[in-house]
Amino acid sequence: METLATIWFVLIIVLWMGYLFLDGFDLGVGMLMPVLSRTERQKRVLLNTIGPTWDGNEVWLITAAGATFAAFPHWYASLFSALYIPLTLCLLALIFRAVAIEYRGKGHSQAWKTFWTWAMAVGSAGIAFFIGAMLAITSSGLPLNDNGDIVGGAFAWMGWPAVFGGLGGVGFALVHGLIFLGLKTQGDMREKAQRWARRLLLPCSIGFLVWFGLSITHRPWLSAVVVAAVIALGAAYFAVRSGAEKAAFVLHGLYLVSGLFAVFAGAYPNVLPSTLDSANSLTIASASSSDYTLTVMLVVTVICLPIIIGYQIFSYRMFLGRIAETHIPEAHRVPVAIRS
Amino acid sequence: MDLDPVLIGRWQFGITTVYHFWMVPLTLGLGMLVAILQTMYHRTGNEIYLRSTKFFGKLFLINFIMGVATGLVQEFQFGMAWSEYSRFVGDVFGAPLALEALLAFFLESTFLGLWIFGWGRLPRAVHLGSLWCAVIGSWISAYFIIVANSWMQHPVGVDMVDGRPVMTDVWAVMTNNTAIAAYTHALCGALAVGGGFLLGISWYHLYRRRKDGIDTIGPDGKVVVGSAPEVPGRDALDHQVWIRSLRIGAIVGIIAFAGVAITGDIQSKLMFEQQPMKMASAEAACHDGTEFSVLTIGDPSSNDCDGVENVFEIPGLLSFLANGDFNTPVHGVTTLLPDYQDKYGTHLPEDERYGQHSGEEIDYQPIMIVTYWGFRLMIGFGIVAAGVSALGLWLTRKGTVPASAWLMRGAALSITAPFLANSAGWIFTEMGRQPFVVAPNPAQLDGVYMFTQAALSPELTPGMLLFSLISLSLVYGILMVVELRLLIVYIRGGVASAMPEVTKTNHTPRITNDEDDVLSFAY
Repeated sequence: METLATIWFVLIIVLWMGYLFLDGFDLGVGMLMPVLSRTERQKRVLLNTIGPTWDGNEVWLITAAGATFAAFPHWYASLFSALYIPLTLCLLALIFRAVAIEYRGKGHSQAWKTFWTWAMAVGSAGIAFFIGAMLAITSSGLPLNDNGDIVGGAFAWMGWPAVFGGLGGVGFALVHGLIFLGLKTQGDMREKAQRWARRLLLPCSIGFLVWFGLSITHRPWLSAVVVAAVIALGAAYFAVRSGAEKAAFVLHGLYLVSGLFAVFAGAYPNVLPSTLDSANSLTIASASSSDYTLTVMLVVTVICLPIIIGYQIFSYRMFLGRIAETHIPEAHRVPVAIRS
Repeated sequence: MDLDPVLIGRWQFGITTVYHFWMVPLTLGLGMLVAILQTMYHRTGNEIYLRSTKFFGKLFLINFIMGVATGLVQEFQFGMAWSEYSRFVGDVFGAPLALEALLAFFLESTFLGLWIFGWGRLPRAVHLGSLWCAVIGSWISAYFIIVANSWMQHPVGVDMVDGRPVMTDVWAVMTNNTAIAAYTHALCGALAVGGGFLLGISWYHLYRRRKDGIDTIGPDGKVVVGSAPEVPGRDALDHQVWIRSLRIGAIVGIIAFAGVAITGDIQSKLMFEQQPMKMASAEAACHDGTEFSVLTIGDPSSNDCDGVENVFEIPGLLSFLANGDFNTPVHGVTTLLPDYQDKYGTHLPEDERYGQHSGEEIDYQPIMIVTYWGFRLMIGFGIVAAGVSALGLWLTRKGTVPASAWLMRGAALSITAPFLANSAGWIFTEMGRQPFVVAPNPAQLDGVYMFTQAALSPELTPGMLLFSLISLSLVYGILMVVELRLLIVYIRGGVASAMPEVTKTNHTPRITNDEDDVLSFAY
C-alpha cells in the first residue's frame, strides 16, 4: 500500500520536474519575446527556437495533472478546488500562450503581431507564476477542513509560499529560457542571451532557493540536498560566465531537480498538509487510489514513459542546431484567389 | 438573489465542453483525411494531393491549437469545480485521463511538431509517418475520454468500498459496451465533420473558378478547365485539387453517415436498457407504447407529462429502435418514475454535501424539451449533411459545380450541419443523464451512482463560479471570432495560402545559394 503510493508520489514529482525543465525554457522564451528582441525577424527567431517542441513539453503538465487525478484523487480534488481562482487565471494564460504561438504569424498587421507577442509573454509569465505557486503551496499546505476543502474564502491560499513559488517559477523560467537561447541562437542574439543570463541568474533564483531551503525544517538531513542544489546553481552561474552553454543548461536543470527533490522529500508523506489540523492533512496513504488502480497505472507508465522520452529525444535531435535570422523565411502574405 | 452554484457550474461545464467539441471532431476527422491525402501523394507522386494536403493541413492546424488550448480546461475543471465528483470517482475515472495523456497526447503533440516543421527536413516516409502518429494519437485520446464518459453513463468494473467505487477490473472499464458504441459513433460523427468540411470549401473554390470565368461548360455539359495566371494559384491543376477533394469529402460524408446510423442504433438499444429514463424523455414517451413520435408539442416550461401532446406518431417504430421488433412496448416516463423512486429514493439525503439542495425532492425526468429536440436535431442535421454529400456527388458528375451562388452558399453553410449534429448529440446524452452525474447501472444495485447536486466543490461560491464562467466564455467568444476569421482568410486564399510556391512556377529563379538553409516552415 505505502510502497505503491510512494512510487506514485515519486513519479508525479518526476513529471513535475520534467514539466518545469522542458516547458520552463518555452515559458522563458515566451516572456523574453517582447524584451530581448528588437526586430520582427528576431522575434520570429525566438518563437522558432521552441516552435517544433513546445507542445510536446506542455503534455508533461497534462500528464502530471492526470496522473495526480488517477493516483491521488483526493490530492487532485483538494488542491485544484482550493486554487480555483489562480488556476482559472492559469488556464487563461495557457490558452493565450498556446494560441499565440500558432496564430501570431498568421496575421500581418502590426497590432495583430503586438497583441500576440504580449499574449505570449503575459501568458508564459502567468503559467510560470501559477504553477510555481501551486507547487510551493502543495508542499507548505492550506487551511483544509476534515473534508479536504479549503476554509477562509476564495483567497485563503495567498501567503508567502505563493509568492516565493510564483516569483521563483517566473525567475527560473526566465533564466532557463536565456540559457536555452544561448544554446539555440547565433550571433547577437546568443551574446545578448548570455549577457542577460549572467546578470539575472542569481537574483532570479531567490524565490526557488527560499522554497527549497525551507525543506530543512522537516528533515535536517535534507540540508545536504539543498547544499547540492546550491552548488549546482553556483556551478551553472560559472558555466554561464565562461560560456559553457551546454554545461550551464544541464547544471541549471540539476539545480531544479535536486531542489524539488528536497522539497517533496521534506513534505513526504504529506502530499497536501492542512495548516488547521494535521489530522486533516492529505498523505500518500489517505489521498491515494486503490492498490489495483495504482498497479495498473504503474505497469502502463513503466512501459510508456521510456518510449515517450525516446521519441521526444528523437524530436529534439531532428531540430538540433542554432537558428539565425537568415534561417527565417520571408513572412508569407495570404493571397485572395479572386479575379478582380 | 440566491444563485445556485450547481447550476452555474453546470453551465460552465456545458459551455466549455460543447465549445471544445467543436474543435475536436474537426481535428479527428480532418486529421485523418489530411493523413490519407498525404499518403496518396506519397504513393502516386501526384501534385494535386500535395496541394490538398498542404491546404487542408493548414486549416487543420489553425483549428488544432484551439482544441489543445480548450482541452486543458476540461482536465482541470473536474478538480477545480467538481471536487466531490473527483473524490468519488477518482479511483476509476482518473485512470483513463492519465492514460490519455501518456498514450495519446504525447504521441499527438510530439509528432505533430515533427510534421509541421518537418517538410523537406525529414525523410519523406518519416514525415508522413509523423502525421499518422499524430492522427492516431488523437484517435486514441478520443477513445480514453469516451471510456471515462461512458463510465459515467454506465458504471462497470468497480466495487463499492467505504462509500466509493473502487476499480476491480480495468478491462471491463476499457471494454464497456457503452464506450465501444459511443466511440465508434463519435468517430463516424467526426468523419462526417471532416467530409463536410472538404466538400463545402472545395465547392466554394469550384464556384469561384466558374464565376471568375476560368472554368466553363462545354457543349456536352462537361467542364472545360481553364487557367488564370494572374490569379494566385488558379492553374489547371487547381481545378483537379478541388473537384477531387469535393468528391472525397462527399464520399466520406456518406460513408460516415451510414456509420453514424449503425453505431447510433447500437448505442440507442444499449441506452434503452441502461438509461431507460433518458430514452423515454428523448421520445417524449410519457406512457408505455410502441409509437415513435415524429412531432410532439407541449408547454416547454412544465416538463410534465400532462402538458405534452403527441401530434404525429409512427406505430411500432419505437419498439423497433429499442428492441428490433414492432410490438414490444417501451416503458414511458410514468411507468419508469416509481421504479426510479423505489431504487434511488424520492428525496435527496439531508446532508451538507447537497448544499441548498439537501432534502430536496428528486426530479428523475431530464428536461424533456432538451432531450426530445436534442435527439431529433442530431438525427436531422446528420441527414442534412448526408443529403448534401449525395447531392454534391450528383451535381458534380460532369466535373464542376453549378454556377449558382445560392447553391454555393448552401454548400458552405452545410459545413455546420455535422458540427451541430455532434453538439446536439452530446447535449442530449449529457443532459439526459440528469439528475445523475454518474448514472446507476440498472443491472447491478450496488449503490454506484451520484447525483449532480452532490458533485460540486463545496467551497465554491456563486461569485467564484461566475468569475470563471464569465472570463472563460468571454475569451472563448473572442477566440471563436479570431479562429473563424483566420480560417476564412486562409480558405479564400486557396492553395496559394498554404503553398506560396504555386504562385511563382516558371518565372521565379532561385534567389540565393543559401536558400537550402532557410527553414521550409517557420512561425
